Amino acid sequence: MDLQPTDDQAALVEMISNFSADRFAIETVRSFGDPNGFDRSRWTELAALGTFGIAVPEEQGGVGLNFIDAVLVHEALGTALVPGPLVAATLASGVVDGVIDGSVVPCIIDLGDGGPLAIENFRSSDVLLVVDDAGIGIVESADVLGNDVAHSTDPTTPVTILTNPPKTNPLGDAELARQWRQRGSLLASAQLSGNSSGSTLLAVEYAKEREQFGRPIGSFQGLKHLLADSWIRTEVARSSVWAAGVTIDEPEVGSIDRAVAGARLTAARAATENAKTCVQVHGGMGFTWEVDAHLFLKRAWVLETQFGSIDDAAEIVADLYATR
Amino acid sequence: MHLRDSDSDAVFRSEVRDWLRSAVASMPTPPLPDDWPGRRAYDGQWQRMLFDAGYAGINWPAEHGGRGATPTEHLIFLEESAAAKAPDVGVGFVGQMHAGPTVIAEGTDAQKSHHLRGILTGDHVWCQGFSEPGSGSDLASLRTRAFRDGDDYIVSGQKIWTSHAMAADYCEMLVRTDPNELKHKGISWLIMPMNLPGIDVRPLVTVHGSTEFAELFLDEVRVPVANLVGAENDGWRVANVTLSFERGTGFVGELLDTTNVFQELIGLTKSTSRNGKTIWEDDSIRREIGIIGADLDALWAFTKRNVSQGARGGMAMGSGSGFKVAFATSQHRLGDLALRVLDRASLSMDDLNGEPTGELVHSKLHAFAISLGGGTTQIQQNIIAERVLGLPRER
Repeated sequence: MDLQPTDDQAALVEMISNFSADRFAIETVRSFGDPNGFDRSRWTELAALGTFGIAVPEEQGGVGLNFIDAVLVHEALGTALVPGPLVAATLASGVVDGVIDGSVVPCIIDLGDGGPLAIENFRSSDVLLVVDDAGIGIVESADVLGNDVAHSTDPTTPVTILTNPPKTNPLGDAELARQWRQRGSLLASAQLSGNSSGSTLLAVEYAKEREQFGRPIGSFQGLKHLLADSWIRTEVARSSVWAAGVTIDEPEVGSIDRAVAGARLTAARAATENAKTCVQVHGGMGFTWEVDAHLFLKRAWVLETQFGSIDDAAEIVADLYATR
Repeated sequence: MHLRDSDSDAVFRSEVRDWLRSAVASMPTPPLPDDWPGRRAYDGQWQRMLFDAGYAGINWPAEHGGRGATPTEHLIFLEESAAAKAPDVGVGFVGQMHAGPTVIAEGTDAQKSHHLRGILTGDHVWCQGFSEPGSGSDLASLRTRAFRDGDDYIVSGQKIWTSHAMAADYCEMLVRTDPNELKHKGISWLIMPMNLPGIDVRPLVTVHGSTEFAELFLDEVRVPVANLVGAENDGWRVANVTLSFERGTGFVGELLDTTNVFQELIGLTKSTSRNGKTIWEDDSIRREIGIIGADLDALWAFTKRNVSQGARGGMAMGSGSGFKVAFATSQHRLGDLALRVLDRASLSMDDLNGEPTGELVHSKLHAFAISLGGGTTQIQQNIIAERVLGLPRER
């Protein structure tokens, strides 16, 4: 048992974090939300680091590491709010040609629970992947009709509403669909965990600088306790996200479904609550478009709906506790 | 990163499991909660069995009579002990978890040879005299005085939250040896035998009726200077050296208990009907169970992270505080759900109809022990805010 990153894993996370800070600074993240704002050259640079193929075997062109390493990478990406179809690209790497090196950009929709056919990052994609209980289908994005939302809730995640459920060519069976849902859920949760840490960092820095009543507002216990709670939520979420990642690699240690659903619950709570705290700590400025606090909150709202709802996750954990 | 046992850990787990199976079966029926002579005898019998089998002081260094096990082996031992329903550390808690490690780190050779073996065999029971009525969160303001008089200190004052004082032979005491120094300076760490004249022990009954704690009234108790651990006026540092012994396993016993209570609560929702359907069939109850279950799983993973970090030399700053706050929150949330499920069965602290209803009420009240004991949730939040996040102090 060793549930702390190895030196190699810490170096991997640092590499992704440094790259994100350098090539996906917040102005770049914001620009990805503009019409035609998707920057293919930066996406290719991200792919060139091995980001999407991290857990794909080397003989299939990947880095050949474990799924936990993909989880750690997505956590770092989430902290920096790196935009684009990160989960779709990671799932499709090694399955759909060209995704692993960034030359083919995918997007993904899970038809699971009905509702509007809302899809993230569709307009910048080359292929659309469609997941349902029966399996996975694929179709050229250019052959699919949809209406772009003028004001997506997350300004850095463009959204399109598809006109009809798309007709696809078969790509994978029901078993692969089940695996993609599990893994896609966990990768989104890893980004949520990272997001929760990014918003906490932003809030803490502001609380140290901003002065009212003649002293930094971070010296007041009312804020200290809010921010300490944010840090704790991140550590709790990170614990379950890491444990779920290792459980996918070592299925004999426990139920993957329970670990993945638990990770979703703790990570979604950490991200949404910490981002709310971040807005609150910024005071009136937190209510402005200009301050980045709302970007964390809105991205968290996008991620927490991916591959199943919070209530679905709670039902899964409860059922698996009751039947163990 | 791994969750599976290494080959050597798997061997250790299997050895521990085999030993526990026969050892637990040989224990008599446990005494009643308020039977302190009985509890001391029972806990001592179990500790002696651990000692004879080489499991006493499992995380203590081998040179001081412990097993010198790794933090991971310690965690395995606790997991297997819970699975085997083995007795917990009981009245041995202060000696094994705090006083013993302090004597190992700071004691003289004479103190080590006099005290360590007795703690490991279960023959010596310790209690803790740190908190005072006027010094809780602000422990360093403590006022129990120790005047030097020849080869003795003369100790007078009052202590509170002294666990197992009724059964104890020794008390680890923080006293003020220099009244001219404020706060952390001027405090000393003393070993006080509990059979000395001038010690009055009065039970302090908790909200759930436990008699585990007591108040100590100290009236000119003569404690030999030879019982000073570390230097005079250096007791604050001495009291904190055990923090470096902490390798992430401190709350494993409590977390195991909570996980068991949670399973009992789930069982109760399935066996109890209301308005023609089981409580389990209520969506809001079931989803709350899911959230609490996810939190408990996360706390297990958090524990494993802390143990992993502890095995690399020491826990990360704030991780103990963060774990404790999160655990207290879950414990309260579980207790709140229990009261919803119990409805009017919660009026009894005794079990009703063969179901663990009274135990669930106890569990709700016990949540305060987690959110108050060993530094309140708010003190832990301050520690995280200032030492981890680097926020400025209030004054």
